[in-house]
Amino acid sequence: MTQVLEVTNLHKAFGGIKAVNGVSFTVNEGEILGIIGPNGCGKSTLFNCILGQLEPTEGSVRLDGRDVTNLRPSELNRRGVSRTFQLLQVFPELSVRENLILAGQEHEGSMLSRFFGARDAGLSGKADQMISFFKLGHLIDEKAGGLSYGQQKLLDAAMAFMAGPRLVLLDEPAGGVNLTMLGDLKERLRAINAEQGATFVVIEHNMDFVMSLCSRVIVLAEGKVLAEGTPAEVRANPAVIEAYLGH
Amino acid sequence: MTAPATHESLPQRSRLSLPAFIDGSLLTLVAGAVILWFAPVGMGRYGTYVLSLWLVMSVAVMGLNLTLGYAGLKSLAQAAFMGLGAYATAILTTKYGVSWYAAFALSGLLTFAVGLVLGFPALRVKAHYLAFVTLAFSTLIWLIMRNEQWLTGGVFGIANINRPEFFGIKLFGALEFHRFVVVVTFILAVLLWWMIRSPWGRAFTALRENPIRAASLGVDTRTYTLLAFAIGSAYAGFAGALYAPLVEFIDPSPFSLSQSFFLLLMVVAGGSGYLLGPFIGALLGVVLPEWLRFAGSLYLIIFATIVMLLLIACPQGVSGLLERGWAKVSGKAGARS
Repeated sequence: MTQVLEVTNLHKAFGGIKAVNGVSFTVNEGEILGIIGPNGCGKSTLFNCILGQLEPTEGSVRLDGRDVTNLRPSELNRRGVSRTFQLLQVFPELSVRENLILAGQEHEGSMLSRFFGARDAGLSGKADQMISFFKLGHLIDEKAGGLSYGQQKLLDAAMAFMAGPRLVLLDEPAGGVNLTMLGDLKERLRAINAEQGATFVVIEHNMDFVMSLCSRVIVLAEGKVLAEGTPAEVRANPAVIEAYLGH
Repeated sequence: MTAPATHESLPQRSRLSLPAFIDGSLLTLVAGAVILWFAPVGMGRYGTYVLSLWLVMSVAVMGLNLTLGYAGLKSLAQAAFMGLGAYATAILTTKYGVSWYAAFALSGLLTFAVGLVLGFPALRVKAHYLAFVTLAFSTLIWLIMRNEQWLTGGVFGIANINRPEFFGIKLFGALEFHRFVVVVTFILAVLLWWMIRSPWGRAFTALRENPIRAASLGVDTRTYTLLAFAIGSAYAGFAGALYAPLVEFIDPSPFSLSQSFFLLLMVVAGGSGYLLGPFIGALLGVVLPEWLRFAGSLYLIIFATIVMLLLIACPQGVSGLLERGWAKVSGKAGARS
């Protein structure tokens, strides 16, 4: 099976605190990998190190076999890696459609062609399709800032898929989302994974969401990998139960 | 990966009879240019000069509006860039006999290049820290303008700056030069309008609203930050290149730090991040004090009070106030229909 992402011995320290302490794992093509762990175990820091938002103290990140450690986030995105954030990160002053066009425009043409070319960079059709796919069609021209929290979460996720990424890292996509929208989100992610073979890494606290969506789960504790396996294996692991699930 | 096919119906987009790229802002710019072409008739030299000055300041404010209003980068060096443009034009035309058109282009290039360099600190520092970097730059440029007498004439400035000709038509008169300023301002405003409505404008807005998210979507925040600074500075340079022949004499005083604050006030009062905001802001900054001259020595107090009340009532400036008013009116109309 082809490895899309390979994280090797990644460390990140903030002064004396080791937020990520020698984490290694791989992500295979078409896989949905879940990363769980208690608050403060280093999940988001791990994401930020992989995605170039933080500089790792040690270790390497390889994408399709190429070293991408410390690559700038924009460069990494253009190489096919997309993400969502733990906190909402839409552009409130732009409309839903404009948010989606923005999410794809930098992958179209050159700087000059983006200046002289069409206002929508030829992405209106694709944005409309994506809006409908994420069931936001009726909000197409609304400002993103006017959407409900759950709708903004869906938009946030839709933006991550707009440029057709190879790998998507989702940081707590279910956080603060009501049950109906959570179902919608899970259904959409499954559909993209099944139909397009997209690869996901998902950080999430919602155990039902992770266990029902992911094919493999990694458990982090105190910056280290505590356990790894299928959802059933992780559920049954005594160390995991003690560190996380049992509480 | 492409978006999976869907059978859900989408709302139909409205169809206009005008070409799709024409919008209200462009029509307003065209209408404004036509009105301003004829506006000075019967106004006299001074009134015409004030109108031209308003447009020249609008160009400088347009640049700062791009840097601050759209890209969210706080700069206190706009007057310094205007000074660079004005001095470059004055020196090139009076000492080296360069045509105004070449000097105008060179002033824009010079301020673009200097703005690009000044943009680098913006990659590392944000908000008021960035403002202080630009403040230091502003002070440095002003000191050069004042102290390097061999180049700038020092406090005595540079006099006898000629106005250009346009295909053999002399623009020495106030009305002729005003119309020339109208044309140049219109071209620069349309260029900015095009940029703001292009994907660049969307990227600038993303830079202002959430640079981290923008970068995660592939927006090269480094390039766009530098461009916002450089293009905004070039507009100040163009304004300076128009200012020098308008006044026909320049010295360092109009390009001091306090003038940079005044330009900042014009951006905020006109409506930061609105295309037409700079014209309204410059109107408040240039023309309103003239209208208040009847109040004698009290005019500055009245002016300051008006600005304070305006910003308390509407932090988004006059453009924001107008937008709110329009939304209210159109909302009511919708309710009636």
